[in-house]
Amino acid sequence: MNNLSHRKYIVGAIFSIICLIFIIRLFNVQVVNNKYKLDSDNNVLRVITEYPARGLVYDRNGELLVFNEAAYDLMLIPGQLKEMDTTLFCNLFDITKEDFLAKYNKAKSYSRYKPSVFEKELSAATYGNVQDQMYKFPGFFVQTRTLRKYPKNNAAHVLGYIGEVNNSIIEKNSYYKSGDYIGKSGLELAYEELLRGKRGVRKILVDVHNREKGSYNNGLEDTLSVAGQTIYSSLDVDLQAYGELLMQNKTGSVVAIEPKTGEILCLVSSPGYDPNLLVGRSIKTNYPILTKDSLKPLFNRATMAQYPPGSIFKTIQALIAMQEGVITEQTGFPCIKSLVGCHNHPTALNVAASIKMSCNPYYHQVFKRLIQQNKVKSIFKDSEIGLAKWATNVKKFGFGGTLETDIPGVKNGLVPGVDFYNRWYGEGRWAFSTIFSLSIGQGELGVIPIQMANLAAIIANKGYYYPPHILKKIEGVDTIPNLFTTKQYVGIDSVYFNPIIQGMLAVVDEPGGTARRAKINGISVCGKTGTAQNPHGEDHSVFIAFAPMENPKIAIAVYVENSGFGGTWAAPIASLMMEQYLTDSISDKLKEKRILEANLLNVIPKK
Amino acid sequence: MRNRTNVFTNLDWVTILTYLVLVIIGWLSIYAAVYNEEHSKIFDLSQRYGNQLLWIGLSLLLALIILMIEGSFFTSFAYPIYGLIILMLIGVLLFGTEIKGAKSWFRIGSFAIQPAEFGKFATALALAKFLSVLGINMKDLKTKVTAIAIVILPIILILLQNDTGSMLVYFSFVLVLYREGLSGNVLLAGIYTAFLFITSLLMRIQTFTFFNKEIGGELLLIYILVALGAAAMYVTKKMKRLWIIIIAVLICSVGIVFSVDYVFNNVLEPHQSKRINVMLGVESDPQGAGYNVNQSLIAIGSGGFSGKGFLNGTQTKFNFVPEQSTDFIFCTIGEEWGFLGTFVLVSLYLFLFLRLIFLAERQRSTFSRIYGYCVASILFFHFLINIGMTIGLAPVIGIPLPFISYGGSSLWAFTILLFIFIRLDAERIYVLR
Ligand SMILES: [Zn+2]
Repeated sequence: MNNLSHRKYIVGAIFSIICLIFIIRLFNVQVVNNKYKLDSDNNVLRVITEYPARGLVYDRNGELLVFNEAAYDLMLIPGQLKEMDTTLFCNLFDITKEDFLAKYNKAKSYSRYKPSVFEKELSAATYGNVQDQMYKFPGFFVQTRTLRKYPKNNAAHVLGYIGEVNNSIIEKNSYYKSGDYIGKSGLELAYEELLRGKRGVRKILVDVHNREKGSYNNGLEDTLSVAGQTIYSSLDVDLQAYGELLMQNKTGSVVAIEPKTGEILCLVSSPGYDPNLLVGRSIKTNYPILTKDSLKPLFNRATMAQYPPGSIFKTIQALIAMQEGVITEQTGFPCIKSLVGCHNHPTALNVAASIKMSCNPYYHQVFKRLIQQNKVKSIFKDSEIGLAKWATNVKKFGFGGTLETDIPGVKNGLVPGVDFYNRWYGEGRWAFSTIFSLSIGQGELGVIPIQMANLAAIIANKGYYYPPHILKKIEGVDTIPNLFTTKQYVGIDSVYFNPIIQGMLAVVDEPGGTARRAKINGISVCGKTGTAQNPHGEDHSVFIAFAPMENPKIAIAVYVENSGFGGTWAAPIASLMMEQYLTDSISDKLKEKRILEANLLNVIPKK
Repeated sequence: MRNRTNVFTNLDWVTILTYLVLVIIGWLSIYAAVYNEEHSKIFDLSQRYGNQLLWIGLSLLLALIILMIEGSFFTSFAYPIYGLIILMLIGVLLFGTEIKGAKSWFRIGSFAIQPAEFGKFATALALAKFLSVLGINMKDLKTKVTAIAIVILPIILILLQNDTGSMLVYFSFVLVLYREGLSGNVLLAGIYTAFLFITSLLMRIQTFTFFNKEIGGELLLIYILVALGAAAMYVTKKMKRLWIIIIAVLICSVGIVFSVDYVFNNVLEPHQSKRINVMLGVESDPQGAGYNVNQSLIAIGSGGFSGKGFLNGTQTKFNFVPEQSTDFIFCTIGEEWGFLGTFVLVSLYLFLFLRLIFLAERQRSTFSRIYGYCVASILFFHFLINIGMTIGLAPVIGIPLPFISYGGSSLWAFTILLFIFIRLDAERIYVLR
């Protein structure tokens, strides 16, 4: 083994070389290099987060909807706290000594060395007062934040609100840190990544007297914050405000879309709330109040409430039936009230008349032809084939599934298909006679107001739609997502829309139409009334419309809950909205007065 | 029994003194790292320095017990001890508690014990026992394979616990094998591979311009390697036998360069590759992966030449440095004692390592010599990775600094490791070869 004993020198040499390298490195870091050196006065490095200003939001006409207001958070690093004049401090910030101790202990139990928020959102006035006294309170410093402000008080549901991130978000997304704000709903949520900008970090040296001594390492490690992008919403805030005004003292919703683009012009859910209520620290007190309100102001009825479509659905039935070839434009059916109830009216001799008079038995017979096409012997199997085809066609209109849109949280609604009834009744145990109430838009069907506004846009466009969206433009970006500029065809030839549109014109324009109250002088309005059956009380009044017929600029759906027949309340509201949008004025002040004065919140529910 | 009194007179007090000095430095640093005005009592079990004091006391007791055990006990029971620890390593996989992502702890009440720490001295005993068999030759394939197997077994078990830091230390046994006859080429190959690996990591993200043509750093490295190979072949043109070796080395080198790219893009998790990039200075991320090292360098650098003085550190005090009483304890020393302190500490370690080699070489028994080398190598590797990490020369891998870092398991394990050797050394004159 002696021949190996020289290897002790090599092992020893390896040890020595490594130690030498370490010593050289340490000499470099500790003595030669100034990069890692802090001032000899025991300066402390403080990492300050630079919060970017969140992006602004304008409406389609350039009216400011959301902006930022500076707010100042008083931060505390308990470990750096030195003896100080607590009384002066409490006076300056207007807090009690008990409060001070409670907050100090809370901060200390979080961390002695990391900053925590001591007092949130000092007003600009308070901050101005204390700014030059801060040096007396080592360990405290002020961090600038911004708060959202909504100058118009409108469109709370569309704009949404922001709130502090919770732990599950922090775990999922590495960008967010505790204390950050994030869009929680509406546009704030949908365009969070554009609006939030990019956080920056500034490292500064602070001496023992809490005075800033300049940036650390010449600011080389600082990162600039990048402000959020400005967004133009498709909303017309004047129309939105008018809609909210008309809907006061009513529950329901109004959704208006520009058919040529799919841009949402207004989206009212009533009752609403002032978006400024859910800002900053007031959110803590206001949110529970809004949650407890029995009228559910936080609930966005326009995108989340599900109703049966009622008679409006007859338009879709007629379109599918013509496309499938089971009826023609000229097909008439007698009003056989033994099939399904109806009101008194002349016989509908064609599709247009059936829409105008909204004849129930007519559509009972249309739907029977759609469902039972005699493809197979068994009426059960035959109904299955018919319903499957029908459901596929209906879903193309954006019903019963995810309607592509940029508004978060839009509900699907329900278009019952074969599986649904097989689960409900059992396979081979249902046929047309079981499900005929679908023919007039009742039964298990469920639709969402925004889907109905989209239907109005589809009819106005004679067969296609652009997914409804609230984004009009991102500043500095030429395009909006492809999805919103791609035509979605519903699979119905455009010629079949003519009798429907004629019928809808007659609904508003001709004697015997169901929505004469929707008429606007000088503008040809096409509309269709509906009544959504409500098992819990008075039925909901529904109306969809678009105008002008020749060159549709607005398509609208109005829901007024518990107000009965669609022609009574929903139709006049829709007509006022359209007239306001198209002419920027109201010709029939009486009609407006009647709506503004109506209080439908306390309608006695029918039993 | 007959030797007990003699054994104590023969103890190597130099090593024991060095040990005590390191332990005291460690405790003072832990005290400084967590010191604040509110808790200034020295013995306070709610504070880390209080706990550490308790563990130091128990370590000294442990050291005393080991010194009273006959050296023959360790030679005879080397394999059973090894077997027992292997069983514990398996047990911890099945019944252990997970702390910080590594399932490597047994929890007893409020204390946690990490069997991997004790695996080191057990493996050292087993390796020493195996290699000290009379007439064994490192050149035999069977010997090599068995020796490597003894080391690999705990490595695999520790890897399964997800404890990469402890696992790396086992590579220190290569130094022992080298001393006992493993070809130096293995050592060289290892160093060369590591060097090439780091070089290609650095080169792969750069481009160079030659004669108006852009060339990727990786490709340039390969050209350089080929050129070097050609040059070597030219020099050795009289000895064509060497050409095979040169070509083989060249092919392997090019393979390594290519595999780095593959490993980086396909094998490593994003956070792992990011860590490596930050360590190499390729990527700067002072808030994320680079945070620890950046903060630790600031703390050490702010100490300057003579330091800020005991308990006067601000960087380590304000928790800018994470894990400061365990893996980053060297920061506190660097900040409060400055370059003088770190120089003394590094020198103290070097003195200990060299002293251990000296002691190992004076053994008559092969077992004791090999064990001595194991002790020196294990301590050295901890020192290498831990300090290398704090001063930004090694990746951030959480392993303790011997005798100094906070923690009961590691202190006890290092104490056992060292004092077995001190006992073996004390009775060296009674051992016949
Ligand atoms: Zn009828």
